[in-house]
Amino acid sequence: MNNYSENARVNSAVTGVLGRYPDEPASLIGVLQDVQEELHYLPRVALEQIAHGLSVPRNQVYHVATFFKAFSLTPRGRHTIHICCGTACHLKGAGMIAEAIQSTLKTGDGETTEDGSFTVQTVRCLGCCSLAPAIMIDREVYGEVVPRALRRILGKYWEAESA
Amino acid sequence: MIKTPQELIAARDSVREHFFNGWTRIRVGMATCGLAGGAGKLFEAIREQNEKNNYGFFVAETGCNGACFLEPLVDVVLPGQGRITYANMKPSDIENLLLLTFGGRVYTKKAVARATSEHLLSDDTEIPYLQGVIQPDVQKVPPYSEAPFFKNQVRIALRNCGIIDPTSLDEYIAFGGYAGAAKALTQLQPEDVIDEIKRSGLRGRGGGGFPTGRKWEACRKANGAARFVICNADEGDPGAYMDRSIIEGDPHSIIEGMIIGAYAIGARIGYVYVREEYPLAVKRMRLAVQQAEAAGLLGENIFGSGFDFRIRISRGAGAFVCGEETGLIASIEGNAGTPRQRPPYPAQSGLWGMPTNINNVETWNNVPVIITRGAGWFSSIGTPSSKGTKVFSLVGKAKRVGLVEVPMGTSLREVVEQIGGGIQDGGEFKALQTGGPSGGCIPAAHLDCPVDYETLTSLGSMMGSGGMIVMDSRTCMVEMARYFLAFLKEESCGKCVPCREGTLRMLETLSAICEGRGRPEHLDLLKELSEAMADGSLCALGGSAPNPVRSTLHFFEEEYRAHIEERRCPARVCKALIEYQVVRESCTGCGACARVCPVKAAFGKKKAPHEINNGLCTRCGLCADACKFKAIKVA
Ligand SMILES: Cc1cc2nc3c(=O)[nH]c(=O)nc-3n(C[C@H](O)[C@H](O)[C@H](O)COP(=O)(O)O)c2cc1C
Ligand code: FES
Repeated sequence: MNNYSENARVNSAVTGVLGRYPDEPASLIGVLQDVQEELHYLPRVALEQIAHGLSVPRNQVYHVATFFKAFSLTPRGRHTIHICCGTACHLKGAGMIAEAIQSTLKTGDGETTEDGSFTVQTVRCLGCCSLAPAIMIDREVYGEVVPRALRRILGKYWEAESA
Repeated sequence: MIKTPQELIAARDSVREHFFNGWTRIRVGMATCGLAGGAGKLFEAIREQNEKNNYGFFVAETGCNGACFLEPLVDVVLPGQGRITYANMKPSDIENLLLLTFGGRVYTKKAVARATSEHLLSDDTEIPYLQGVIQPDVQKVPPYSEAPFFKNQVRIALRNCGIIDPTSLDEYIAFGGYAGAAKALTQLQPEDVIDEIKRSGLRGRGGGGFPTGRKWEACRKANGAARFVICNADEGDPGAYMDRSIIEGDPHSIIEGMIIGAYAIGARIGYVYVREEYPLAVKRMRLAVQQAEAAGLLGENIFGSGFDFRIRISRGAGAFVCGEETGLIASIEGNAGTPRQRPPYPAQSGLWGMPTNINNVETWNNVPVIITRGAGWFSSIGTPSSKGTKVFSLVGKAKRVGLVEVPMGTSLREVVEQIGGGIQDGGEFKALQTGGPSGGCIPAAHLDCPVDYETLTSLGSMMGSGGMIVMDSRTCMVEMARYFLAFLKEESCGKCVPCREGTLRMLETLSAICEGRGRPEHLDLLKELSEAMADGSLCALGGSAPNPVRSTLHFFEEEYRAHIEERRCPARVCKALIEYQVVRESCTGCGACARVCPVKAAFGKKKAPHEINNGLCTRCGLCADACKFKAIKVA
């Protein structure tokens, strides 16, 4: 995609999101969340447009966008795998799950696979501690994950992409 | 629209009629935990069978009843027979379940508990399901009051979770919902409400345990052009999920609590701050707010009292420190969520500089029933200083894991052994971790202590938000301390030096010990750092960050010494101090270990015992997990 059409795409996504929020500084985090969800990251032009739209200084937008873990300034994969590293999951082998996912996908924490399909990210707790170890892919939570089951779980997403 | 208390009662009674005497219905536990266990597929299978065979029952979702180890759960309510709960259900069970159910029988294989009536806590009524001749099959299912996981629990906060449909305002009302708001707004003065909450002895469930009534009073008395109330649903503590479960299973209880609190304090706008890792909770909360608005329970002139109140929803964005009240407020205002110095407390100067009252999800959820049942009832439960009940997320190595709600003062042993059923896989209990990352680990010797705010603090831990993580002998306490410090270092906002540098230095020291580089003076260094951080940090994150180190060092010093003096990890966890070895006699040479090893450290000829090259091995443990013959052990 050339730069021009990419910018146009970002612009229309941000305009759409801004339209759903009141023009006030308090909308900042919600707007960033929705833009992140749509574009899978926060491109520089989006941050500038948001700063302008909500009348928030650019440095504040940047501060907020880098403070919170949910935001990414670099493109993310089409799916995000959240690996829970909460206490219950840690006790039940989350480290091993992380290792297995990262070695299967050849990515480190916070990185994206070469083909752009997955971004791997560790998180504090998914609130499914009774089913530890847990992972969440996009919005779907998988509990009692064992390394053996990973191929099947990940395969589902590749299959859906190729369909 | 419900504009008067009378209309509320009329709505309540008409739904009750259906709920207890009419519908044949099937309920699937579809909170996040149920869904992760496969409840979605189950729901579809039930719907399919219903259509195919024209059974004509109602299928709906419900929240989590707390028994997460039994997920996915299905409840069947059949007129004349009451409610029967089935556990660990699979789609392949559904055909049989329905055939038996509609043949007047019970799918005994998976039935775990039954109820012939429901206790509606809000107005203290016991309503029986339509009575018929109870089938002999049904009689064999233990009543809830005898089922091991449930019998020792007392449910106030979880009163509706897993029973009502969280997407139905009607059912919340049928269970006595909004009666507390109706009473407060039409019969009580704001000061009376505050007085009632004060007398109930309710204390904050979000960690600090501050008396709720006093906090409300301070906010009401503070000067300001406007006042705000906030529900803290950031639930940051790893290993704790009661707030998620309450929002997903009973969202209206929070709205009702907030209406009452806002009325008492004089606020017209409320915020619910939900963490974004809980997409379902956000969805349920949004729907509940819309329903309440549509019914006139939020908006203008609620119950004709002249009181106006609205709720907005804010989503967190993944920062633990935003659970801290000043950080949370900064984040609602659209700033990075860094805490600030207190005082001034939010009650004086909070959101937009106005008096603000912030309470935890479970705190708000307790409020409506305190108003309907009275302070006297509430304060009769619990201990002299800690009233009511507390929900704990009992997780880790216990046999039965899930959410449990017990009166304050219940012994830790009762929770772990009677409700939790002891340790899974025949393991041995080692410690109970409470209070989240800045809590502490309580050893077996103190299991008979009662759970209340003061006792847990005196044991070097704290109540926190209610995480209870059971650890067995395969848990290394030094590694756990390192884990919590790694967490806290990552989440420290960096504003003040004692916390930013202190967590880092502690983590470095603990890592050195875990990696076999520990020195005897490290223990003194840790103790000294602990004091400096506790005294000098800006907010409670840094102030309580030394707790995991202090408590493990206090109760498990010999384990630290084994790492330092003998370079040995007694629990066989710390990677630098262990090796994976193949038990030659058990190895069949199947090659599973070699296939999963990411660094090719496991190798061998087909059908011959394999070996592990410990020079290459990263101790990830994948080989041991992959071995079906238990031929790889840790030494
Ligand atoms: C680092 C830190 C994290 C916190 N996280 C939470 C949280 O996730 N949920 C919560 O309710 N309170 C949390 N608190 C406590 C809040 O600051 C505040 O005391 C609480 O929301 C007040 O409500 P309560 O009186 O009903 O307990 C946290 C405090 C600190 C210092
Ligand atoms: S600790 Fe992993 S889901 Fe809570």
